[in-house]
Amino acid sequence: MRIVIIDDSGLRATVLEDGLREAGYDDIHIVPPRGAFVARLERMAPDVVLMDLGSPSRDTLEEMLTVSRALARPIAMFVDQSDEAMIGAAIDAGVSAYVVDGLRKERVKPVLELAVRRFNAFSKMQAELEEARTALHDRKIIDRAKSILMNQRSLSEQDAYALLRSSAMNQGKKIVDVAQALITASDLLGGGL
Amino acid sequence: MTVHLKIAFLPLNDAAVLVAAREKGFAEGEGLALDLVRTTSWATLRDRLVFGQVDAAHMLAPLAVAVTLGLSQQAAPIAAPYKLGVNGNMLVMASDFAKALEPDVAARIADPLAAAHDFAAAIGLWRRKPVIGVVHRFSSHALMLRYWLASAGVDPDRDVLLRVLPPSLTVEAMRAGEIDGFIAGEPWGSAAVEAGLAETVATGERIWRRGVEKVLAFRERWMEENPDTVDRLLRALARAAAWCDDPANHAALADMLSDGRYIDQPADLIARALSGQIVARAGEGPIAHPDFMLFAREATPFPWRSQALWIYSQLVRWNMVPHDPVAATKAGGVFRPDVYRRALANLDVAMPGASMKVEGAVDRPLGVGSRRGELTLGPDRFFDGRIFDPERIDDYLAGFPPPR
Repeated sequence: MRIVIIDDSGLRATVLEDGLREAGYDDIHIVPPRGAFVARLERMAPDVVLMDLGSPSRDTLEEMLTVSRALARPIAMFVDQSDEAMIGAAIDAGVSAYVVDGLRKERVKPVLELAVRRFNAFSKMQAELEEARTALHDRKIIDRAKSILMNQRSLSEQDAYALLRSSAMNQGKKIVDVAQALITASDLLGGGL
Repeated sequence: MTVHLKIAFLPLNDAAVLVAAREKGFAEGEGLALDLVRTTSWATLRDRLVFGQVDAAHMLAPLAVAVTLGLSQQAAPIAAPYKLGVNGNMLVMASDFAKALEPDVAARIADPLAAAHDFAAAIGLWRRKPVIGVVHRFSSHALMLRYWLASAGVDPDRDVLLRVLPPSLTVEAMRAGEIDGFIAGEPWGSAAVEAGLAETVATGERIWRRGVEKVLAFRERWMEENPDTVDRLLRALARAAAWCDDPANHAALADMLSDGRYIDQPADLIARALSGQIVARAGEGPIAHPDFMLFAREATPFPWRSQALWIYSQLVRWNMVPHDPVAATKAGGVFRPDVYRRALANLDVAMPGASMKVEGAVDRPLGVGSRRGELTLGPDRFFDGRIFDPERIDDYLAGFPPPR
């Protein structure tokens, strides 16, 4: 079974490809949705095309599926329209799949399930990465605000942090927001570090 | 109790009524909290609606008909009780290509018939078969482009190459030379003009002066099962539409739409189509185009069944669906004036008495029968003067010459 993954994000496609290879599929190709990708896809004659639901190139792909004479006529995203749980899971995970007509659903379902799992894993990874980035960014801002307080008011690091925290609590704000406000004010007053 | 509704949209000017309903409190006033889901392709918008990930969608009217007829992936009965706007599209072509056309852009836009013939002549002068971007096979844009090209004897399936791409990718595709022009909803044509990549060749409003465009689409069954929510949403949209139509609000509306959660383009580009001040060529002054896009006046949102049938007639004309009475009835049934009347019964909006009309017959503003309020229909002519009588689809289709 030849599987083509259309994806712009190299990482997500790799995560998916690795999963498929582990599961024993070995005829896998990754095509980025740029330039003449439709012509490339036609030459490859895939059995299954997997694509990120959020990709703006889906309309282009579907048009090709409609007019192409080179391809055996592929059918809808989902082989088994009655399997609503599967369809819901795929849409939630952001997977769209096009399957060539005549391929049995028992053969396609494991591929789809795997794609859903891998897409979800990828989103989780992205979210964690984003969280880590934000945490690092916040810590830098708080550190800068602390050193302003330490310099201007001769506080210890601990006291500077305690002051930021109590101000945040009193104003019902996040510490990072109070720290950012302090940095801005300090910059405006020309007392920045 | 607040009802939460998820509605999918594409970043386009004509999502305005949905955005205003949310941002200006019209939805809240009806006890609704709108979650507007930004989507980048019509395929994904369709799938989210058909498979129930959203409750409603800002949908191309022809796509709503096509999904109902089973022409676009999974067949599903779609119901459209409300039009989110009329007009608003623009055909732009690379400036080099446009050199072969009438140089005075205002004159060019004012006379689509002459422009179509100039375009036909320009095809042979161009270095390749012109590649024209359309947003979807089942879009008003594609149907109007085909109609316009064919009027000058151009076969849209043979003499040009129609390439499908979503509106948000049109400008980049122009820049990369992948397409020679495109027809799309605003602000994307204006964005290409502003970037100096293209100039206006035709506007939707001049091809069909009151052209059906986006609809509010539901899964038919969901709409039937939630009449109270549907009525509240339609009332909120009717108020939002009146707000959007008011010239005093155009600047605020453009600002609102330019936000990253909605269109994410500069407000001054968005404002051009809203206020009907079209810049057709970079660096030139705007051309006044007062009916460029409408939201409320002339009962714009009313889903005339005859307009769904016009779409059907064009799908038949271009061999996208075989002509049969069952399909015609299904297509006409996508538009739901009955739901519109029920929902807006107690609102101060003009209410047409009929559900169908002859399309393309109104030359100048015309007062017509209304169950309430004054209703004046604006001019709705097609540029070639043809008239669509929904009772006589066969005669209408027979009137078009077969491709050369």
